[in-house]
Amino acid sequence: MEITALQAQCTQVRRDIIRMLAGAGSGHPGGSLSAVEILVALYGHTMHVDPAQPKMADRDRFVLSKGHAAPALYAVLANNGFFSKDEYAHLRQLGAMLQGHPDIKKCPGVEASTGSLGQGVSVAVGMALGLRAQGANQRVYTLLGDGECQEGMVWEALMAAAHYHLDNLTVIFDWNGLQIDGRNDDVMSLGDFAGKLRAFGLDLIEVADGNDLQAVIDALDAPVCPGKPRGILCHTVKGKGVSFMENQAGWHGKAPNAAQAEAALEELEG
Amino acid sequence: MSEKKATRVGYGEALVELGAENEKIVVLDADLSCSTMTNGFAKAYPDRFFNAGIAEANMITMAAGLSLTGMIPFCSSFAVFASRCYEQIRNGVCYPHLNVKLAFTHAGITVGEDGGTHQSIEDIAIMRALPGMTVLCPCDAEEAKRAVRAAVAIDGPVYLRLARLATPVFSEGMPFEVGKANVLREGKDVALITCGLMVETCMQAAELLKAQGIDAAVINMHTIKPLDEAVVRRYAAKMPLFTVEEHSIIGGLGDAVAAVVAEHGGKLKRIGINDCFGQSGKPDELLDYYGLTGEKIAATVKGSL
Repeated sequence: MEITALQAQCTQVRRDIIRMLAGAGSGHPGGSLSAVEILVALYGHTMHVDPAQPKMADRDRFVLSKGHAAPALYAVLANNGFFSKDEYAHLRQLGAMLQGHPDIKKCPGVEASTGSLGQGVSVAVGMALGLRAQGANQRVYTLLGDGECQEGMVWEALMAAAHYHLDNLTVIFDWNGLQIDGRNDDVMSLGDFAGKLRAFGLDLIEVADGNDLQAVIDALDAPVCPGKPRGILCHTVKGKGVSFMENQAGWHGKAPNAAQAEAALEELEG
Repeated sequence: MSEKKATRVGYGEALVELGAENEKIVVLDADLSCSTMTNGFAKAYPDRFFNAGIAEANMITMAAGLSLTGMIPFCSSFAVFASRCYEQIRNGVCYPHLNVKLAFTHAGITVGEDGGTHQSIEDIAIMRALPGMTVLCPCDAEEAKRAVRAAVAIDGPVYLRLARLATPVFSEGMPFEVGKANVLREGKDVALITCGLMVETCMQAAELLKAQGIDAAVINMHTIKPLDEAVVRRYAAKMPLFTVEEHSIIGGLGDAVAAVVAEHGGKLKRIGINDCFGQSGKPDELLDYYGLTGEKIAATVKGSL
């Protein structure tokens, strides 16, 4: 898809996130809005997927390790035709396709049930191992939050990705600097995060503005170093696109009310 | 009595056999392959063996990812470390109902000298609480082989509880149907419902009881979930039941049987580890100390009548 069309889709995805969350009355806007460009780039530019055949054998795989950003994933899947936007109205409701966190048994296009932080990246490592063992050459992508990287098992997974030379794996970090209780650096500092990722064996690209669609696409397009898992560290803005949500930890897990949603949608006219 | 062999050895042999039959089978271990006996598979099929290092949470969850590409992963470590990654098993494996097999060895107090930190006595309780999980606890090395084969035939998560200690192999020729208990000995006075290493011990207890005029049935409940409720109800209607397990009396086989008895009637006493941790010692000394020898079981049964 053309970059201008993808940029327009980013705005549409943000509008969909706000509408979905306002309708549900709960959910996670901050980390959904920070990840929009990453997800739009993956599904609209990078990955080989077919919405008409979500289980197509030679598809690339994506695992949303930061599962609470489900509204962003749902909006990107719907905008790419995996299911109807009519499903938005049922987000987080009894029997819904769109569960509070992504559910592989309920939602087409979802490749792993996530929401318990730290697990998705391990699932992605296992997928990359399994695909390689079967001689398949598709890629596996996963997206983590920065706060999520306080989970010890993230580092177990990265250690394994490097040990097994998984150059068919791309691990993306949505570094928006905030988590539920405040700034990452106040809650539990991750220190020299880029240095840690490199020390764990990732071939790391840093994207200074992870909400710059073209910059994200360029990072995803960069050639992979044989034998090394790719890491992409995207510096993003939590709540990106809605001024009163930007860089506010309080919007991690709180849905906008009707008036707030209206104000947000006005800003997202595009 | 024939040779002695640990259920973990039967597991390792079954993996090597099944690895040749089914190229989808992969095995993961956490730096214990020489103890869990997955090293035979690792040697035979190095491309399908993944050592996760001492990182069990990642091992379990990588297995989830492997299963999502169509592989049939077996994960192994010590049983006590299975409960370490309960939440990965819950959310990573069971919530999406993935085809992951958890074969954990060194269950129970017969781990011996390593002591209480390494003696898993609550793993059955934890695993049977999980929706969709099948829980198998074979009685000897041959039944362990049949259990591994049965686990592969199930499309979903399976927990296999295996032991370190070499014990007599006596189950040749016995059927193994998941969810269907094997009645090894008929009796008219009491029924001993048991699993794992305690099955052979209960056969000894039944012999001792017979000499004291008590005719005891012995039922091998190799599948703890789904439980063979029909066999429990049948015997509960006729005689007092005793469950015997190398596990806490809380949450394990005893409680599974107790639920059936509570809902449908009958009399039950649970014999197992009485809500305490294990300790260092020789396996035989520990079994005696915790009341799980043939003599001690027979005495408990007789004393309860």
